Amino acid sequence: MAKRTGMEVSIAVSEAVKMAKADVIAAYPITPQTHIVEHLAELVAQGELDAEYIPVESEHSAMSACLGSSAVGARTFTATAGQGLELMHEVVYVASSMRLPIVMAVANRALSAPLSVWGDHSDVMAVRDVGWIQIFVENGQEAVDNTLCAFRIAEDRRVLLPVMVHLDGFHLSHMVEPLLFPDQKEVDEFLPPNNYPYPLNPNKPVTMGDFAPPVVYTEAKWAQEINVEKSKDTILDVWKQFGDKFGRYYKPVETYRAEDCDTLLMTMGSFSETAMMAIDKMREAGKKIGLFRIRLWRPFPYEEVRQTAKNAQTLIVLDRAISLGGVGGPVASEMRNALYPLAQRPKVVGFVGGLGGRDISPADFETIVNRGIEIAKKGSDREFEIFGVREE
Amino acid sequence: MTKPEDKLTWKDIEVGAIATEPGSASQNRTGDWRSRRPTYDQTKCNKCGLCQTYCPEGCILKNEDGFYEADLYYCKGCGICAKECPKKVITMVEEKE
Amino acid sequence: MTIESKERFAPGHRACIGCGEALAVRMACKVLGDNVIIVNATGCMEIVSSQLPYTSWTVPWIHTLFENTAAVASGIEAGLKVLSRKGIRDTSNTKVVAMGGDGATLDIGLQALSGALERRHNFMYICFDNEAYMNTGIQRSSATPYGASTTTSPAGKTSIGQFTWKKNLPAIAAAHDIPYVATACPSHYKDLANKVKKAMEVNGPAYIQILSPCPTGWRCPTDNAIEVGRLAVQTGMFPLYEVENGKYKLTYNPESLKPVTDYLKAQGRFRHLSETEMGKIQEKVNLEWAKLKDLAK
Repeated sequence: MAKRTGMEVSIAVSEAVKMAKADVIAAYPITPQTHIVEHLAELVAQGELDAEYIPVESEHSAMSACLGSSAVGARTFTATAGQGLELMHEVVYVASSMRLPIVMAVANRALSAPLSVWGDHSDVMAVRDVGWIQIFVENGQEAVDNTLCAFRIAEDRRVLLPVMVHLDGFHLSHMVEPLLFPDQKEVDEFLPPNNYPYPLNPNKPVTMGDFAPPVVYTEAKWAQEINVEKSKDTILDVWKQFGDKFGRYYKPVETYRAEDCDTLLMTMGSFSETAMMAIDKMREAGKKIGLFRIRLWRPFPYEEVRQTAKNAQTLIVLDRAISLGGVGGPVASEMRNALYPLAQRPKVVGFVGGLGGRDISPADFETIVNRGIEIAKKGSDREFEIFGVREE
Repeated sequence: MTKPEDKLTWKDIEVGAIATEPGSASQNRTGDWRSRRPTYDQTKCNKCGLCQTYCPEGCILKNEDGFYEADLYYCKGCGICAKECPKKVITMVEEKE
Repeated sequence: MTIESKERFAPGHRACIGCGEALAVRMACKVLGDNVIIVNATGCMEIVSSQLPYTSWTVPWIHTLFENTAAVASGIEAGLKVLSRKGIRDTSNTKVVAMGGDGATLDIGLQALSGALERRHNFMYICFDNEAYMNTGIQRSSATPYGASTTTSPAGKTSIGQFTWKKNLPAIAAAHDIPYVATACPSHYKDLANKVKKAMEVNGPAYIQILSPCPTGWRCPTDNAIEVGRLAVQTGMFPLYEVENGKYKLTYNPESLKPVTDYLKAQGRFRHLSETEMGKIQEKVNLEWAKLKDLAK
């Protein structure tokens, strides 16, 4: 029987890791994920979690230690944010191309400079191409559920890819929410032990990490890409199994009041819940507007995105990261990319906002929507809009 | 048997590009590299085995008579064995074409 | 290490003709045996032994990046520990062996090494020291000896080559208070074998630095690796010693050292040095040797 508890979301993620019976945890502190690794240290120290806790000396080493422990077949977890994710940048590529089923919670945080410990999606957008499965969660329950699913997905023999679970730094990580924790027995049924096919083992020696000359590098990368794309089938399967067992179903793309709408607002992460309030208000005022959120960021859910967005006239995208000197809003550019081949598609208007921990209120969302509809009609001399900057 | 790299399709690549056949690189004929070859005057040899100890390739093997000789499939002709042999058993000669 | 034992770093690898590092790895692997997991940094040995889809290794082996060898080894050690504790796999006697070159260890990998030593992981780290970034074409590292000419510290009108003294990593490792630190050279193979064996038996971190003469980078004939290694030891340029639980012990302690010029003149990388510069090197060697003897008293 599930237990209902009020808990800070970071702590809840650690509790999920405990229920998943992780074997090795590589830990390095960085705001705003530190509570995750602190609570895990506590659980290990109190004997509640039987795991090896490696207090590494940098995030680069944290992910490197994860490569090692995953390579011998241990269930491996780490957490990071912002600068930490950047520091382990080269290592995250290796985790995916070496197909090691590591799970990492990322408390999304803005990037220096200027230094900002507060939340936005800059860190995520910098790792779009690395080949990890990436899932966005919007509230504490999703964080718990998807941490459990992450292990299940990563270690599945049809997948064998590392998974990032993205939760908004401070806006989600530090919220205390009411959460349902499943029974340990039910988790054990849902999550079988890790059974990595080729662990480093003197009884059956393998060589990991060969270098690839030009004649074979392309084949290695294509093999990886095909597997990243294919993993979507397993992700959907796992989410279905999770839903059947625990009653909460997750989809690659989630909508809110998007039936019969001509305008769609698109968000990712916890700001979606605020946006829902704005949607409700605008619907009451008669606007035919709906909300559209991506949960499965990678592999990108082309089918679901096209299905959801194709009939809208305007798609207004809120990006919480800025691609400087380029597309401005990375998510908006991916939306345009996804929708481009359709004969009928909405006008996409991109807004960058909520940077470095700046809040966006329901009223702000209304302003964004109204401005977005205006730009869709009249055009703009900018490639993308910035929301909330003080001009004078 | 590991397929040569220019014949590998993307489907042949093992998960994570793991090499699952231990020691498969021993197919590589490094003996093609050499420009000099060891020759032996085994009458001087006292079977100390230093040549085998010091060979970077690890290709010096005992023959049926218990004398040490380089496996020419691998021998790169560095000459360390000739230089280190205390009894001057080994002479490096130019490899004929 | 008996002369007859099995080759674990098998022939067919692509090391240069006369490579002292390949020899050092080959010797170490004979002692290490089959019940190991090797973690290798990017570098000469990794490149020559692991071209997709082949491998020279007959033991489990992993290479990931350049500077994280000790961190990956930490993860492997932790993974093995917990798998054993939970009864999932019997890994109790499997030794984790990290291998890296001087660049990977003294420069870019120093942080990871320090962290792994400080956390007291049960693993051994062997630094195969050929005194430069040889795999990328002979660039200087902090292990390059004073006066050596490399491509990023070339000898020239305004330069004597490497302008700093070799970083003393065994001392840094010993400063972490670990059970075993040693230096070795393939020219003194019995000493090398003993030290690898001792390091394997340590329950905790161990560090060995093995001088790996590189005829290509040091600019000497291909048959010279052993001779020049021997001279490095005999002149005091690379002393052989151990530090067991903080106690220093010289394992090669001659009555007197040969003059450094014997060593320097045998290699093209020092060819440009004047008598004065060689004199400086001799002075430094004398100083360090005296210090070492004092520590070993």
